[in-house]
Amino acid sequence: MDFELLVLGDEGWGDEMLRATLVTLMVSLTAMGIGLFISIFGTLSKLSNKFYVRLIADVYTTIVRGIPELLVIYLLFFGGSNAVMSVAKLFGYHGYIELNAFVIGAIAIGAISGAYSTEVIRGAFLAVPRGQIDAAKSVGMNKFVIFTRILIPQVLRYALPGLGNVWQLTLKDTALIMVTGLVEIMRQAHVASGSTYAPFTFYITAALLYLILTTASNTIFNSAENWANKGVRRA
Amino acid sequence: MNYELMIETFPKLLVGLNITIQLVSISLFVGFCFAIGLALLRLSNNLFLNFFAKTYIFYFRGTPLLVQIFLIYYGIAQFEFIRESFVWSFFKEAYWCAILALTLNTCAYSSEIIRGGIQSVSFGQIESAKSTGMSGFLLYRRIILPIAFRQALPAYGNEIILMVKATSLVSTITIMDVTGIARLIIAKTFSPVEIFIVAGLIYLTINFIVTRLVNYSEIKLTPYLRHAE
Repeated sequence: MDFELLVLGDEGWGDEMLRATLVTLMVSLTAMGIGLFISIFGTLSKLSNKFYVRLIADVYTTIVRGIPELLVIYLLFFGGSNAVMSVAKLFGYHGYIELNAFVIGAIAIGAISGAYSTEVIRGAFLAVPRGQIDAAKSVGMNKFVIFTRILIPQVLRYALPGLGNVWQLTLKDTALIMVTGLVEIMRQAHVASGSTYAPFTFYITAALLYLILTTASNTIFNSAENWANKGVRRA
Repeated sequence: MNYELMIETFPKLLVGLNITIQLVSISLFVGFCFAIGLALLRLSNNLFLNFFAKTYIFYFRGTPLLVQIFLIYYGIAQFEFIRESFVWSFFKEAYWCAILALTLNTCAYSSEIIRGGIQSVSFGQIESAKSTGMSGFLLYRRIILPIAFRQALPAYGNEIILMVKATSLVSTITIMDVTGIARLIIAKTFSPVEIFIVAGLIYLTINFIVTRLVNYSEIKLTPYLRHAE
């Protein structure tokens, strides 16, 4: 193996790989943000007492969790621009619009991550004992205060381990958006190995970069869990 | 929505279903067999074996499956001594590379599931088995593994679904499974929504059947938990 290929600067691919790692991290964070945003509505709809609202949320999570991630990405990659253009046509714009690969990737992974987050947060909501909400009402808290003081701190505590798993999934799923041409870790490794004929060197580097990202985020989530659980007595 | 195209596409995608099912069943079966061994290594007191199992699981759970597939399919070819040896006839076929990658991957995830199952076997049950004279292989075969599998079944059901979805990645290394054919047709007809719906329905159907089968065997394996009629 030739590790000179990985030096920083013009001679090697080291700095390109590091920049690609940054892109992977950015896409993952954006996708996770989109996913969490979706999951707020997903959770509220799943807990709603209207049948159709629940049905829509159930269909969304079942479909997204039941079909391969790659298909979702292909749908948005090939279909996304068309959809945006037909919406633009309604507003009288007839030009060609091409969506940015970063945007498509983040939306696709975000939609997937959102389905998993919805299930995690819904579970965490249901884990808060109903008696506590009754107790909060009985001391005169209004809905908003109950939400911020009773529900959120506990939902966060119950949801954190699950959200940590979703984050790991999201991070690893971003490898798939290499098919859209976005230069993240996998795409960069693919390009570099194509031009140097050293695929093993670059893919093992990519694997190590992912390992660093997953291990680092594991550590962060563990300390976040400790922080959220500091009020819980442990035997 | 072009319904004619959807009906036309359906039989074409079913051709790929054959490959998808082959990949899922072979890799799950082989992966599961090795996963039992890996789980035992992970639980063993031997520091070296334990470290090996931990490292293996850490690597395969911490990196995307796509990297693992590419590393085997593209990466191995970098080494000339492999290209000149007899194993090259194995590694030059995308199909076998895909099966190897999927097997190694599911092995890591399944072994953690099995380990959870084994650890959930209560100490009293093992103790009473020992008191009747069982030990070693017999203890595992009769007491620990059956209880562990029953405990691990729901989690393993999720792993099967993840594997069904994971096989779609092999389309990136030229294998024509359902996703591979779908991508080809999308590129030709440029109607992604229709093809997406048909391909998605195929995967949803497989996963629906899988969840039903897992639920059914869960009920069958836990007769003692059923309430009296």
